[in-house]
Amino acid sequence: MSLDKAYLEYPERSYGMDHDRYDWSMLTDRKPVEWPKGNKLALWVNVGLQFFPLNQQGKPFKVPGGMTMPYPDLRHFSLRDYGNRVGIYRFLKAFDRYGVSPTFAVNSRLAERTPYLMEVLKERGDEILCHGEHMDALHYGGQDKTEEAAQIERALDSLRSLTGQSIRGWISPAKSESANTPDLLAAHGIEYFCDWVNDDMPYGFRTAAGELIAMPLSTELEDFFVIQNNGHSEDSWVEQVCDACDFLLAEARDQGGRILALNIHPWLLGQPHRIARLEKALDYITSQEGVWSAGAGEILDCWKGQQ
Amino acid sequence: MKEDPGFYDYWAYQNRPKIEWPNGAKVAFWVAPNIEFYELNPPDNPQRKPWPQAAPAVGGYSIRDYGNRVGHMRQMQVLEKYGVRGSISLSTALCDHHPEIIELCKERNWEFFSHGIYNTRYTYGMSEQQERDMIRDSMETIYKHTGQKCAGYLAPALSHSELTLDLFAEVGSELFGEEGGIYTCDLFHDDQPTPIHLRSGKKFVSIPYSLEMNDTIAYVVNKIEPRRYGQNIKDNFDRLYQEGADSGTIMCIPTHNYQVSCPHRLKAFEEALDYITSHDDVWVTTGREIAEYFLENYYDVALADIAAKKGGAA
Repeated sequence: MSLDKAYLEYPERSYGMDHDRYDWSMLTDRKPVEWPKGNKLALWVNVGLQFFPLNQQGKPFKVPGGMTMPYPDLRHFSLRDYGNRVGIYRFLKAFDRYGVSPTFAVNSRLAERTPYLMEVLKERGDEILCHGEHMDALHYGGQDKTEEAAQIERALDSLRSLTGQSIRGWISPAKSESANTPDLLAAHGIEYFCDWVNDDMPYGFRTAAGELIAMPLSTELEDFFVIQNNGHSEDSWVEQVCDACDFLLAEARDQGGRILALNIHPWLLGQPHRIARLEKALDYITSQEGVWSAGAGEILDCWKGQQ
Repeated sequence: MKEDPGFYDYWAYQNRPKIEWPNGAKVAFWVAPNIEFYELNPPDNPQRKPWPQAAPAVGGYSIRDYGNRVGHMRQMQVLEKYGVRGSISLSTALCDHHPEIIELCKERNWEFFSHGIYNTRYTYGMSEQQERDMIRDSMETIYKHTGQKCAGYLAPALSHSELTLDLFAEVGSELFGEEGGIYTCDLFHDDQPTPIHLRSGKKFVSIPYSLEMNDTIAYVVNKIEPRRYGQNIKDNFDRLYQEGADSGTIMCIPTHNYQVSCPHRLKAFEEALDYITSHDDVWVTTGREIAEYFLENYYDVALADIAAKKGGAA
């Protein structure tokens, strides 16, 4: 018994990363960043507005949060739809009450299906970023590049035309990518993407079509991960968010501006028994000294101006 | 395949010869930060997939990178605040990839022990010679970059062969004589050190490393809340401290800089460290120091006691 010789060879064992997409850099070695008006913590509230198709293909995997029952899985289809009909309007009230400027990550299929909601969002003027076509339109290792390029183009063309916004940002459904995704995103005019969770601040990411910026959108703190994946209570989610807020604020005082990124979903936190927990978290964060609520692109621009 | 690996004999947790740690401490307390490198495109292993999906495994790879880019410095500062020198379970390729981290830990006189080359290269399927070569490479790498003679081992991604402990101990002796390859963290059967049977007969000990206190087990496998993890640590300590009055115990917190150092988790960990280190009779130490102390003072006594009880409780 033995393994192929290559298993004990390490061709990438040298300084830096084992790929050339971005440079190795410790957060503490970077130039401190200042947010507008002397603020310390940028609050980026990112709202997933998602469409989970009833006829889910699950290629190459079933998207987390998607259909799990035999067709037609009405319970999950309609419960996810709840977020876009009911939950989101609770969210909007909460954002206005606490002076939060949210960013909406929208599946293009959802934008096509809900002109009323898109009108509401356009009227508000908050930033909209592209969350892919729909939750079952995954990007994945080994995906055909032409097919993926067409998928990205369809999503961006549709969302740009329906929202009238330039659409600078991208989150892949399930944050899943192929090896080509960053190149294709940059080639289609995307400036920043949020799939890589390896930092608490933005950083430059190389692509065949120029530089993308990776924006830090924590998975570990998102509502779906904490409440559904981990099974923690709603109160525990609030506690974790508040602890993160305290920690990042303290770190920002020593090391320069930080970002608290909350990725949340109206089908989850928009339920009647959970919305008060979102309000409690927003109340806590926005009552701290030095918090600046802003859209993802606005935070990015401020960061970029100091690099 | 065997029914039992045969590394140790049954040895009841009562009426053992009393262990006294330095300065009358009841608990030997150590923290083992795993500082790991996972590859984006590792080669296939016939028995274990490194990532659940085809490359690139963006989620799994990038959160581990977060640990090195962001988390390490946070954890190091918290440990330093409470006077804890880390005993690093090291993916030794990290010496090449991220020498800045190695330098920071060296400056603080932390211990480095081997956790293989990469945490995406598994022992499964290796020949004896291949595993020996991999272990030797890891120990030589630690020596080259830190000057330390590697004393401990935690197999990469806890992937073992039947010979893992033998090979580690043998390579340790070949490279560094009695100072190298003296303890393992791979066994979870006890709260005190245990003499380990090796084919070479070398004096070698298992040092409790605790899977239950491991942040990745707590957060990823058991999926518990940060505050509950903090409470588990305090409760674990309370009982070991109490029992340590009768005979010295060991408490270890194995950590990962991509778990414990997330902004929503560090507070609970810090509170637990504060709690533990505020007690008087705690020996805040490292894996190597515990192993050396035990080998020097209690290894022979323990062997004799185990042998005397082999036939029964009398």
